[in-house]
Amino acid sequence: MSVIDTTIKQELEGFEGRRATGTVLRDAVRLWRTRIGLVLVFLVIAIALIGPLIAPHGPQDFVGAPNTGPSHGILFGTDHIGQDVWSRFLYGGREILILAAVSTALGLVLGISVGLIAAYSRGIVDDVLMRSMDVILAFPQIMLALVAIATVGPKAWLIVLAVGFTTMPRVARVTRGAAQPVIERDFVASAEALGVPRYRILLGEVMPNVLSPLMVEASLRLTYSIGLIAALAFLGFAPNPNGADWGLMIQENQIALVVQPWGVVLPMVAVALLTIGTGLIGDGIARAAIGIDRARGAT
Amino acid sequence: MATERSGSPSTADPAFVTAGPRSAAPGRVGRRGGILGFIVRRLLLGLLVLFLVSIVVFAATQALPGDPARAILGRTATPASLAALREQLHLNEPVVQQYFTWITGLLHGDLGTSLAAQVPVTTLLAGRLLNTAFLVLCAGLISIPLSIAIGSYAALRRDRAFDVGTSVGTLLFAALPEFVVGVTLVVLFATTVLHVLPAISLIPPGTKPWTQPKEMILPTLTLVLAVTPYVSRIMRASMIEVLESDYVEMARLKGLPERIVIRRHALPNALGPTFQVIAINLAYLAGGVIVVEYIFNYAGIGGALRDAVSTRDLPVVQALAMLIATLYVVLNLLADIATILVTPRLRTRL
Repeated sequence: MSVIDTTIKQELEGFEGRRATGTVLRDAVRLWRTRIGLVLVFLVIAIALIGPLIAPHGPQDFVGAPNTGPSHGILFGTDHIGQDVWSRFLYGGREILILAAVSTALGLVLGISVGLIAAYSRGIVDDVLMRSMDVILAFPQIMLALVAIATVGPKAWLIVLAVGFTTMPRVARVTRGAAQPVIERDFVASAEALGVPRYRILLGEVMPNVLSPLMVEASLRLTYSIGLIAALAFLGFAPNPNGADWGLMIQENQIALVVQPWGVVLPMVAVALLTIGTGLIGDGIARAAIGIDRARGAT
Repeated sequence: MATERSGSPSTADPAFVTAGPRSAAPGRVGRRGGILGFIVRRLLLGLLVLFLVSIVVFAATQALPGDPARAILGRTATPASLAALREQLHLNEPVVQQYFTWITGLLHGDLGTSLAAQVPVTTLLAGRLLNTAFLVLCAGLISIPLSIAIGSYAALRRDRAFDVGTSVGTLLFAALPEFVVGVTLVVLFATTVLHVLPAISLIPPGTKPWTQPKEMILPTLTLVLAVTPYVSRIMRASMIEVLESDYVEMARLKGLPERIVIRRHALPNALGPTFQVIAINLAYLAGGVIVVEYIFNYAGIGGALRDAVSTRDLPVVQALAMLIATLYVVLNLLADIATILVTPRLRTRL
């Protein structure tokens, strides 16, 4: 939020162009928080991708009585209907990761397009675009997803669409804010004078100059998309109601917490590590961007 | 949830949003009318936003591809029952007319009839609305002063232990989805580690939530933990910006005690931008309660929305969506007005 806004503001004071993005990333990776974030994210991605290959049982195989504790051969016990908690955990990350990645990407593409077009067009187009973004912002993100699910059901495409659509206005605002001062600059005017097509000006000249605030925003949005999609599953709206899904696992096994906590704890730790990881990466990039600006101000 | 969680400061006027302690917003705000004119303009804008929101809600519930009647009744529905439900939902009318039927009812306080419970939506939600309002109030009353205190103290102790500690803590908590926080609290205090608090917060119908303090603790704490990190981070950033400003240096140089510098010069100016974020986060609480009420089985409108979605009770979903969106718009309006009132500098530009 404004931690990020401040970042962007500060960064915009001395924009340098293409080089900045690479420098910001390199500086970010030097920070411990970014490194820890990267390790956490890669760890969880590895579990989600490799997990299904090493799972001892199928995600819907019954291996014993419901809610039994860990025993020989059943590492973390069984869940609310007697399925293997460990196997369901290993299978349960893929869906969340894919849905979150795709819907964030959709939100970024839509939001960047709207933001760039609004900043470049100015005037009435700008007003209309940004006001319609405000309308979408008038909902809590999860609510629009729920409203759509109420009508169509928890389909994967619908969840992606709803999360992407509600991510768009937030990205659009950041893009527009960062692009506005860039568009005022001479190299854009000279590109216009040379007759470079508009989309090439936007993608080739303006876009590279707003990348660092966008990277911060992207990691922030990814964090929220993961939380949102996991929360939808936790509320009982996963695309596959019987499938293995971390959010769904937490919901299913919450009733039996007293006797068998593993079915809740394992997926919860995974979701927590993942969102903390993306959060740390975003903070690392934001800090790197500020740091560069400070160094510049000194010279 | 995260969701909602908006990464952007406000649905307010972009010119206004940027009006932090440092940045000047050129042009846009410079219209006539003083504070009253400003409030009237914001009010009209809010109404316009609500009108557009109602179109979005309507489009999402009734105009999405597919047949809502079939979606609600399932594949086994008989043609007769499908026809009856279409009649009840006015699905046979042209889309524009459907919208006007619905919005006219809404404006007259008729929120429709619940499909699942077969009672008017207003009857269904009245008691729950009170429960949710109380929960949000508790969370707000605790988290707002707490986050302002944490944020300003961290700014004053910049880069020392308290600042570094809260900065890491708020960063971690800000990243966690609230259902993870809520269920973790259940594991810690109710079921597994300690057994001191109830895992679910049943507020029996007819009782008021404030007579059940023990049931309120965990849901309130979850919401507080979800909101405090954001607001305190904003407060810290905003306070640091103010502390580095020329007028604070001036105040120090003319020998004012630090206490007065902070209370009279720094805090009021740092609070301005924070109000925007507080409003967003209070409004966000309106979304966060959906998940939190579900975790604790708390009888509020958030839990009702979740249930209505799972039974596909469209009239209830529409009513709740409009209710929560209205809350959102009103809180933003209040934040804009509050910001103007605490920032005299902005008033002169109206």
